[in-house]
Amino acid sequence: MNPYIGGVLLGLVLIMAFWISGRGLGASGASKSVVVTAVKTVAPKHVENTAFYKDYLETHPNPMKSWLVFQMLGVLVGGFVSGAISGRLKFQVEKSPKITNRTRIIFAVLGGILFGLGSQLGRGCTSGSALTGMAVLSLSGFLSMATIFGTAFALAYFVRKLWI
Amino acid sequence: MGPLIVYDIISDNANLFFAFLIGIGFGFVLEINGFSSSRRLAGMFYGYDTTVLKVFFTAAIVGAVGLLFMSLFNWIDLSSIYINPTFLWSTLGGGAIMGAGFILGGYCPGTSVCAASIGKLDALAFVGGIFIGIFIFTEGFPLWEEFYNAKYIGSPVLSEFLGSSRGVLTLLMILVALGMFWIGEWAEKRFARDDYKLNQK
Repeated sequence: MNPYIGGVLLGLVLIMAFWISGRGLGASGASKSVVVTAVKTVAPKHVENTAFYKDYLETHPNPMKSWLVFQMLGVLVGGFVSGAISGRLKFQVEKSPKITNRTRIIFAVLGGILFGLGSQLGRGCTSGSALTGMAVLSLSGFLSMATIFGTAFALAYFVRKLWI
Repeated sequence: MGPLIVYDIISDNANLFFAFLIGIGFGFVLEINGFSSSRRLAGMFYGYDTTVLKVFFTAAIVGAVGLLFMSLFNWIDLSSIYINPTFLWSTLGGGAIMGAGFILGGYCPGTSVCAASIGKLDALAFVGGIFIGIFIFTEGFPLWEEFYNAKYIGSPVLSEFLGSSRGVLTLLMILVALGMFWIGEWAEKRFARDDYKLNQK
């Protein structure tokens, strides 16, 4: 798809979210719901004794019944439907031809860990903080966008073997 | 008048159902634009594929202009839209950590779920990493609590912050984006690669 048309479509989805629900798109918030729910299920005692979980569950009594969780379930469905229509459904590891699958997976996990940690510190990721934040012109949106993309650009040279 | 949920036009449960539908739209648009490909996403940082830049900034502009017009026609009450708060240090620190995660892992949280949905195993590994990263954050929270809450400056919008109007800032954003699109188009020619085809299937 032409990327500019694609961008307009993404913008329209964003506007629908604002108009219907008064909020933009997000991704990392749903993962936090999953993590807190998992910890609560596996170690309920630990959750009762930890300030962070107690505070979180006070404001989010049922973490899985959240807007972002339902939205992310939709993302799974929407992505799958588009992939099916375009014939892109396939189990594979995508990587530069210069690295092994093993290296790619290790760095994917590492990148995920950093993104997960960073998204919590930064109160939102590329979707919730940068894209949505910029659309509502929030200062933090522009700052997130600049630091996420700025840091990635700054480090790109040093890890170029992963991609090119 | 919107937002519908704020004006009690839809119920809380209907709102969750719409969240699911909006998510389908979000996932579909991400996937059809190739955001389910880590090499495409990473391409942005080497110039060989700048689709991310084009889609991302077009969407931000459409969102900003759309909100502006809808508020002018009284279709939406901008004061009821959630504005992300700014905690200066954690916004900058979190952004830098996310940037490192982006270039190492090749995805961000939304795109990794989208890519996992079509079978990308590296994306699935990335999603697993996200859970670990968030778990580290929640377990170690006392360690970074102070940093997390430091330098709170409310929820300013950039136009207020700069003493300008919404309209002027939006126009400025459009002009900056047009400049970046031009650079993106140039970069894709300059840094084109033999082992990577743009808009591959």
